[in-house]
This record gives sequence, C-alpha cells and structure tokens, in this order.
Amino acid sequence: SHDKHDKPSQQIEKILIANRGEIACRIIKTAKRLGIRTVAVYSDADERSLHVKSADESIRIGPPPARLSYLNGSSIVDAAIRTGAQAIHPGYGFLSESAHFAQLCGDKGLTFIGPPASAIRDMGDKSASKRIMGAAGVPLVPGYHGNEQDVDFMKSEADKIGYPILIKPTHGGGGKGMRIVQSQSDFVESFLGAQREAAASFGINTILLEKYITQPRHIEVQIFGDKYGNVLHLYERDCSVQRRHQKIIEEAPAPNVTNEFRSHLGQAAVSAAKAVNYYSAGTVEFIVDTVSSQFYFMEMNTRLQVEHPVTEMIVGQDLVEWQIRVANGEPLPMSQLQVPILGHAFEARIYAENVPKGFLPATGVLHHYRPVPVTAAVRVETGVEQGDTVSMHYDPMIAKLVVGGENRAAALLKLKNCLSNFQVAGVPTNINFLQKLVNHREFESGNVETHFIEHHKEDLFVDPSNSILAKEAYNAARLGAFLVAACICEKEHSTLKDSSPGGHSLPSIWYTHPPFRVHHHARRVMEFEWENEYDSGGFKLLTFMIIFKPDGNYLIETGEDGSPGLEVKTTHLGEHDFRVEADGVSMDVNLAVYTKDRTRHIHAWHGSHNHHFRQKLGIELSADDETQHKTSYETGSAPPGTVVAPMAGLVVKVLAKDGSKVEEGQPILVLEAMKMEHIVKAPSAGLVQGLQVTAGQQVSDSIVLFKIQG
Amino acid sequence: TALSLKSNNSLRLLQTRHLCLGVLPDGLDRNSDAFVRNSQVIGGLISELHTHIEKVLAGGGVEAVKRNQSRNKLLPRERIDRLIDPGSSFLELSQLAGHELYGEPLPSGGIITGIGPVHGRLCMFVANDPTVKGGTYYPITVKKHLRAQEIAAQCKLPCIYLVDSGGAFLPKQAEVFPDKDNFGRIFYNQAIMSAEGIPQIALVLGSCTAGGAYIPAMADESVMVKGNGTIFLAGPPLVKAATGEEVSAEDLGGAAVHCKTSGVSDYFAQDELHGLSLGRNIIKNLHLAGMQLTANGFQNINPEYKEPLYDVKELRSIAPADLKQSFDIRSVIARIVDGSEFDEFKKLYGTTLVTGFARIFGQPVGIIGNNGILFNESALKGAHFIELCTQRKIPLVFLQNITGFMVGSRSEANGIAKSGAKMVMAVSCAKVPKITIIVGGSFGAGNYAMCGRAYNPTFMFLWPNAKISVMGGPQAAGVLSQIEKANKKKQGVEWTKEEEEKFKAKVVEAYEKEGRAYYSTARLWDDGIIDPSDTRKVIGFCLSASLNRPTEDTKYGVFRM
Repeated sequence: SHDKHDKPSQQIEKILIANRGEIACRIIKTAKRLGIRTVAVYSDADERSLHVKSADESIRIGPPPARLSYLNGSSIVDAAIRTGAQAIHPGYGFLSESAHFAQLCGDKGLTFIGPPASAIRDMGDKSASKRIMGAAGVPLVPGYHGNEQDVDFMKSEADKIGYPILIKPTHGGGGKGMRIVQSQSDFVESFLGAQREAAASFGINTILLEKYITQPRHIEVQIFGDKYGNVLHLYERDCSVQRRHQKIIEEAPAPNVTNEFRSHLGQAAVSAAKAVNYYSAGTVEFIVDTVSSQFYFMEMNTRLQVEHPVTEMIVGQDLVEWQIRVANGEPLPMSQLQVPILGHAFEARIYAENVPKGFLPATGVLHHYRPVPVTAAVRVETGVEQGDTVSMHYDPMIAKLVVGGENRAAALLKLKNCLSNFQVAGVPTNINFLQKLVNHREFESGNVETHFIEHHKEDLFVDPSNSILAKEAYNAARLGAFLVAACICEKEHSTLKDSSPGGHSLPSIWYTHPPFRVHHHARRVMEFEWENEYDSGGFKLLTFMIIFKPDGNYLIETGEDGSPGLEVKTTHLGEHDFRVEADGVSMDVNLAVYTKDRTRHIHAWHGSHNHHFRQKLGIELSADDETQHKTSYETGSAPPGTVVAPMAGLVVKVLAKDGSKVEEGQPILVLEAMKMEHIVKAPSAGLVQGLQVTAGQQVSDSIVLFKIQG
Repeated sequence: TALSLKSNNSLRLLQTRHLCLGVLPDGLDRNSDAFVRNSQVIGGLISELHTHIEKVLAGGGVEAVKRNQSRNKLLPRERIDRLIDPGSSFLELSQLAGHELYGEPLPSGGIITGIGPVHGRLCMFVANDPTVKGGTYYPITVKKHLRAQEIAAQCKLPCIYLVDSGGAFLPKQAEVFPDKDNFGRIFYNQAIMSAEGIPQIALVLGSCTAGGAYIPAMADESVMVKGNGTIFLAGPPLVKAATGEEVSAEDLGGAAVHCKTSGVSDYFAQDELHGLSLGRNIIKNLHLAGMQLTANGFQNINPEYKEPLYDVKELRSIAPADLKQSFDIRSVIARIVDGSEFDEFKKLYGTTLVTGFARIFGQPVGIIGNNGILFNESALKGAHFIELCTQRKIPLVFLQNITGFMVGSRSEANGIAKSGAKMVMAVSCAKVPKITIIVGGSFGAGNYAMCGRAYNPTFMFLWPNAKISVMGGPQAAGVLSQIEKANKKKQGVEWTKEEEEKFKAKVVEAYEKEGRAYYSTARLWDDGIIDPSDTRKVIGFCLSASLNRPTEDTKYGVFRM
C-alpha cells in the first residue's frame, strides 16, 4: 500500500457502513461532511431505522439475528460490491475486530477502514497479545494465558495466581463472558459458563486467567497510526465506572493523575501499537492499581471505540475523518506535540435497561424521545428516533451523551444538567441512575474506580424502606401529579379547541374553557398510580380532584387531612410543553403520554424531577363477556414460589429437571439476552414444578418459567 | 395561499364591521342609585340561590352518598361528567325542581337532566339520583323526566337514561301513575322517539324495578353493570310472597341473566366505569349518517364570533330589583349578543317592544324584548317581526319583562285585544326554536305574547329576580277586595279599613310567594333559574341544541284583522 502514496491513490468516494445504530449514524455524518457517499446495511429489524434513513443508499443484508446479518461478512462484502462502495467502515462491535473480515475486504479489493488484519489478529487473541506486549516491554498483570484449557488444569493455575481471579474469554470484548471468581469453590461453574458464553458470542471458547485487582481503575489510551509507521496518542480516557463489566460513564482526560503518569501511559500505548505495526484508530487499555499506582496492559481494542467522542471533544478532532484519511493513505495530520487538550469531557451511555433488576437489558417502544439540544459542547450520538423499538436483537444503548467544558467541574455541571433534561419514555432507562452517579460526592471528586458502583451502592441504589426519603419522594410526586393533571386538562382543552369531537357540526361553545356548569364549577377526579421507589409497597394511588375555576385556573384538592388545594395556572406552549405556575413559582413542564397494555403512561419532567405516573384505562375496548376478561400477567401478582423470566431472551441451557428437588439458589436454567447470560436460580428449596421450557426456546418478559413447591 | 386567505378574512371582517350599523351603546349608568341597589339585591338573591344549589348538589345527604359510594357507584352528576366529552360543558335543567314542594326535601326532584356532547353529538341525559328516596319517582320527578323527553323530542337529541331507581313512589301513586302525563308517558315517549329515529339508550347502573324495568326494555340499546344493575318486574321479596321462590337479586335480574339469557339487555359491563364507557361507545357508533346533514350545517353559523363589548357580569346589576323600575332592554341585549351588534327592526315604531337581528355565538337570532307595556303598535310590530323570523327560519329569543297589555277604554277601543291576539297567534304558530328568558316581570297576557310556558318555548329560563303571575299582587288585592267588599255589603256586613288592609296584605303575600322564581322552578314552570351573567352562554347552548334538527315551515291560523 506504500505505492498508493507515491502515485496519487484513488480516493474513497463511497463507504459502506457495516454497522447499525448510533455509530452508523455518526460515521455517516462525517462522511457527508467530507462529501463521501454512504451505504447503510440493515437487517429486517432495522428496515426503517435512523441509520438507514440517514445514508444515501441502503441495502438489506439479512434477518434480525446478528449472526445472519451484521455478522455475515460475505453478504456485507457483496453489498459493498453491488452498491459500488470502495471502502467498508465496520464501526465497533460486530465485525470490527474480525481479522477474517478485514482480510476478506482486502481480498475483494475493498478498503477496510481500520487497522491491518494482522494487527487485529495479533491483538484479538488476548493470550498472544500479552506475549507480544511482554516482549515489547509493556507491563502485564500476572495470569495464565496458555492454550491448555482443561478445567482441572485451569483451576490449579487459578489457585496458583490466587483469588479473587478473573476469568475472561481470549476473544471478544465488552465484558461478555467475563467472570470474577471469589473462591475456589465457585471456579468450575463460572469457568464453564464463561466458556459457553464465549462460544455463543465469538465462536471461540478459549479462556484466560488473570489476577484480579481489587481497587483498579480502567484507563485507556486512544492511539492513532498511519500507514507510514507514525503512531501518536490522543491522551487517555478513564472508563472506570462500569456495571456488569460494561462502561457507562467515560471521561477524558483521566482525573487525579499526574502529567508524568499521563505521559508514561501514552508512551506505553504507542509502544504497544508499534509492536503490531498498527495503523488507524485503536485503544490500549490499562488496568491501574489505585493502591500501588502501577498500570498494566490489559488489551488493545483494534477499532474505533464507543467512547471515542470524549477524546474528540478534548482534542477537537474528528477521528472518523482521520480513519478515512489514513485509509486513503494520507499521513497523520499532526505530530504528538501538536495534539492539544482542550478542557474536559464526559460521556454518559444511556441504555434501555432495568436498573433495579440488576441492569438487565430492557426492550420496548420509545414512545417519547427527546434528547437534549446539541451545541458545540454537547453531542448526542443516537441511532434511534421517537417511535423506534429497542429490540432484543441488538445492544440496548439508546444514546451517548457527550459534554465538554473548560475543566472537569464545568463539564460535570453540564453533564448533570443534560441528564436531567434528557427525556425518554416507553422503556425503562438508566438515566435516573446516571444522575445519582454523577451527583455522588466521590464521583465529583474524581475518585473513580472499577468497583465504584459496588462500593457506593448504599448511596446509588434506592433503599426501599427509607421512610424519610419515601415521604419526601411522595410529596414531590404529589406536586408533580398536580402539575401533570393541570397540564393534561389544558392539553385536552386545546385539542378540543382545534378539533371538536364531532367534527365541525357542533359549535365550539360546548368545548370552551373552563367547561360550563349551571351554578357550580366543573370538577374532575383523577387517579394516578405511582411507584415510590423508597417504599417497597408497590404502586400507590394518588387520587385528587381538579376544579375548573372560572378564570381558567385549576384548583387541585386531595381531601387529604384538610390540606388546602393548590391553584395551578398552565399555558400550553407546544405539543408536550407547558409553562405552569403554582404557589407563586413558574416552571416548565414537559409531558410524554402513551398507552400500553390498557394503561396510560404519563412521564413528566419538571424542574430537576421526572415522574412516571400510570392511569388505568377503562375497560372500554374489552369484550363484553366476563370469561374473556382476564387480567394481564404481572410479576408482582405472581403467586409466591413462581419464577418468571426477568427479561425476554433465549433459553440456552436447562440445568434441572421438572419435578426434581433443588436447593435454594441452585441454578435452574440459563437465559441469554443481548448476548448476555443470566442464570435463573431457585428462590427457595423445594420441588421444581411446571418447568416446560427447553434449550433453544425463546421466552418473553415475565412469562412463568417454573414454580418451586416448598 | 395562507396570506391571501388571511387578508380575505380581514377584508370580510372589515366589511362586516362597516355593514353593521347597530353596535349598541353601553347603556349603563354605573353611578346611579338603581345600579347600586340592583347589584345589592341581585347579589343577595344569587347568594341565596347558591345556598339552595349547594344543598341539591349534595344529593340525598351524607349517609346516602356514602352508601352509594360503598357500592362502587358514582353520583348522577359524576356519571354524566364521565359520559360527556372530557372538558366539555353541560347544561343542566331544573336543578331546583321539587324545591320546598313536599313536606321533605327532594333535591333536584330526585332526577338530574340536561344536555351535553358525547363524541361531539349533543345528548339529553336523564339520570336517577339513587341517594334521593332511592331514586323513586315523585310526581315532580315524573314531570322533570317528561320535560327532558319533550326537549329531546323537539330537538331530536339522543336520550341517555342512567337508570338507578326503585320505580314509582308508592305513597303518591295517585299523582304518579294514572294520568296522561304520568309515569306511563315515559315509555310512550321512548316508543314515539324511537319511531322517529331518536336513539334511546339506557344504562342500568342500579336497580330498575317494576315499571322502571321498561326504561331499558323500551330502549334501542341498553347496558347493564354486573353486580349493581338489576332489572325485574318484581323484586325478590315480592317473588317470594307471590310464588314462594327464593332467589337473589343478581340471579333474578342481574346483568348476566339479562345479557346472556333473557336478552333484555345488550351490553355486559364489568363495573360502572366500564358501563359508562360502553355508553359513550354506543353514541360513537350511532353514525346516523342520513341525519348528519340536517344538523347545524344549514344554519348559517359563523364560527368566528366576537364577544360582547360589555361585561356580561353587569347583567347582575341591570336585573331590576324593583319591577316598577324601568330599564332599557337594549343594555341586556348589548351584553348577550356577539360584538354587541344588534340590527334593530322598526326601531321608531311601537317602541315599547324592541325587535331586531343579532348573533349569539355565531348563531343567528331574532330578539324580542320588552321596554314597557305592550300597546297596539308594539303588538303589531311583534307579530310582524315573528313572521319575518319564521319565514327566514331564524330562532327567536324572548327577553320578558312585561307587566301586560295596555288597559283602558282608549286601548280597548283601538282593539288591543285584536292586536294582542295577532302576536299571540304568531308566537303560538312559530315553528322556529323559541327561547324565553324572564329577566323581570311576567304578568297577564304579556306572558302569552312573550312566549310563556304555555306557548311551548323550546327552552325557558328565569333570572332569580323574576316574577310570574296573572297580575301584580297589589292589583289582584285591589280587585279581590272590591269584590269581597261588595259581597260583604250584600250580606250587610261592615268591613273595617283594618280588615280590608289585612285581607289585601294576605293576597299580596300569597302573590308574592307564588310569583317568585323558586315557586315557579320548583313546579317546573320553567327549565331553571340562571345567573344573569350566564344568560349569553345558556342561550348559546339552547340555540345549539335547538338547531340539532332542521327548522319546520310555519303555518299561521286566521289573523283577526
């Protein structure tokens, strides 16, 4: 490829993006800015998704399961050839770290926008990569990286290194298949699970063992190389804050490190890259022992990473543009000394997930989706739009929120503000959790480490029996409910004004505001269900009366221990937006309303609060016969001993027989969703009853899996 | 384009303004004694009214309301609130029916009636109040039910019966059961309206015993609520007495029996809210495709209307506290018509009767208002104006404040009876919607010519200061005392001045009591007492309901010339 530099090589004019979601959209943005045409690929599940709409052309590559579409290298290469794309950008995940795919592109005369296949291969095998790094003088964590994979042998190696120990598949990434084993007795089950998950996700089930550092930080260095042997680093990112071994908040540069440490780390990363003749974007991950301040090489990610925008934010560069330039054979646009640090940046990953259920991935429709407005210092990388479905087929990430500021404090302030204004309704998200996280004093001081969430769980997770907080939350929710009620009435009124229900046959006087009553005020009872997270009692009913005052204001009364009513004045600004005045305070209120399973869901954002209320709808549409009137199934209402699927997913293994006797906590079956395994255990000792599911079967959320007869 | 459309509109508005010569002046002296006195007196009357209303809104009392709630039942007004379109208005009728009529209170006559929109279609609601005497029918309850049906028939409004009643109030059966306009007439009306294509819908939300059972049975479609709704000709106690059969109310006539086995009812509701939603659904599905065109579409309604220039609340200060005190009816008209624009007809002739054209909420109306005693000329002008409106199918609004026709030899010789008869003939035969508001006095033949109750106004309301009687109390006392005096004289009995004054005072007192708005409204001589400041809105609602059907052609009888 060197000769390409000599005679002006053919510039890339059209790129096929072998990915989906936000990263596909992000690549398309840069390509468009550079005047490069784009081709999107999609599975049947993504036919109408944003990345398909954003690209100049799009082409179907297969059915929803990733292995039949986004992981199907040959059909993607075919698509590129059919559409006349000269290059393929793999994004992250999927085929981005498949040396075979990179090779295939080259063989078919397509430019793979990424590192050379050889570097992917070298770094993809974690055991091999450690050998190379060791030889290059990059510090390594003690561990076993050998080929011998017998379970007994592995256990003896583990015993030698000492517990706690980390079990990790040699291939793949994103924490998939990783296990921490605390003691000897747990080793075998975890090891076998890791093998299975690795086989399912990456097709290769080799495992490595490593000393587990108890107070580590995860710091990684963004490196970039060109095809002429130049490699530089673009400083580091701290990605310590993780849950389920996946990052949720990243920042650059890493807080609380010295410039000396920073430069050592950068140099080590550059050496690592040079050792495999690296070019394009890559990340060298280090584990930093906060006790000893030692850093060790963990792995190298031979791709553009999810969190690359935090680096872009502090260096003011577009790394996708760099990738394309390097792929075109251009040299790096600057030298190491020219790389600036312009302040501080954070990235928060917003996921559709169920935080109280252990961050389990969630699926559903984004009935309301309004990210914060984008500015020079606020980026929202997203691949979805309002109305889209977060499906079980792919990663449940909704968006990446990236903010920058002149220093860490300024950036953090912006991050907090953006999180409180980031509106998602329809699927549970981690936004509230992220808010708690970034507001934590230790996070504010930059004392991050990989076990941050675990160490501060008392503060970050809600205590469902804190009566003081429960009362506070209740009062806030009640006020929220009042404001929401007034907004709903106001919105109904403006809808009626625009189009009365009978078309134009009825004069508008029947729908003037406030509604007319002879010698009294119209009133309306409203009931909201609301779940107080500080009170394990489940859904509470908030009941109140809205009185339509002649001046158009709403007087809201609860009839609760003689509490006076609250007079609320609202102005409908736009579809979801209201200005509300109550008790002398005026504020913006945003609403999202949608209907699901005969329940009306109302999400409201007011001040720094957001509330979720539910309204049972009348059984307006139900069949008239009572026999057809069955209640929909809910986890909360299942009889004791019943175990329901915690998420929609695939049953990968059934570990117990129906009717067998089991101990409390004994694994019964293994579910897989979003490529993550989840072990369903017996809640108590007893006999397994009604276990009907079999391996390979798809189960939906909250379906009954089995019962334990105590 | 939007721009040219907009300029077109403003051009049209401009033209309208130029064309309208009749913007009424304010006409109100806010510093006058009358203004201050009226404000005080009417203020007192209105707070008295609100006291009475508060009582009837509470229904049959705390205990009964609690009992009702414990059965998962809503109060009748709450039921209606859930049936009409959310956030829409409701014109309740005769709230004070039964007021001080019987030895015991009968709030709202035990039944709630009124008009409101369901899925954009105006409906007449008739809702039993089970907290008042178990929802049984007193004579006034029957009268109120029939009046609601009468309005529904006149305006072709679908009827929704919210049934929760123990049937006829047995101790008063003689006044409830046998006569023409008694209980049986309810079902007769249902049959006749159904025949005319006016939907009859019954929601059985509570008991529906004996005669009451025919309300759902005669309905076009009916809904029954599981557990609460029962229909039977005889309840379990009577069945046991008659046949010895022991059976629960639910098994005898519950929703399951009637929806699954007997076919007496059509829709099975899980609970009351479900039942009410089913009721809304029935109206949604009426379609009535062929009848849609005959609705307001033909009526030349201007959807863009202007509010009056003057505050409608000031009607509370215009309403005369003392009926002898005269005031210009135009100050009332100025506060109820769109933009206070009133194009007067024959302004200079027969000036004690004010006639003219205006719009109320965009709906065209002809207004006839009293500005004093009716003379020959005023009666002729009235008849002429009514003819104009019927010819053009313009609804009529009568603003009554009339002491009567001019009496005396000159007047009789001029044929006041003939002129009055012409106006009465015109009022009687007019087939356009007629809405009567009594803003002051309503006496003698003036009541007839100005479309009193006997002349079938589509709607009729009173202000709280209104007085209705055949003549004024003092006049009646004068006439009666003269007759009595003559009688006594014939019998040779001497009548002292004191005795005569006592006699007169008694008559005046009786007239005073019987002439009051409460006395009238309790007996359903009208459709309710309204706050003067609600007049514009109430007329607007009434017009809209009246225009729910096409206006018929008017044919007059023989006018005595």
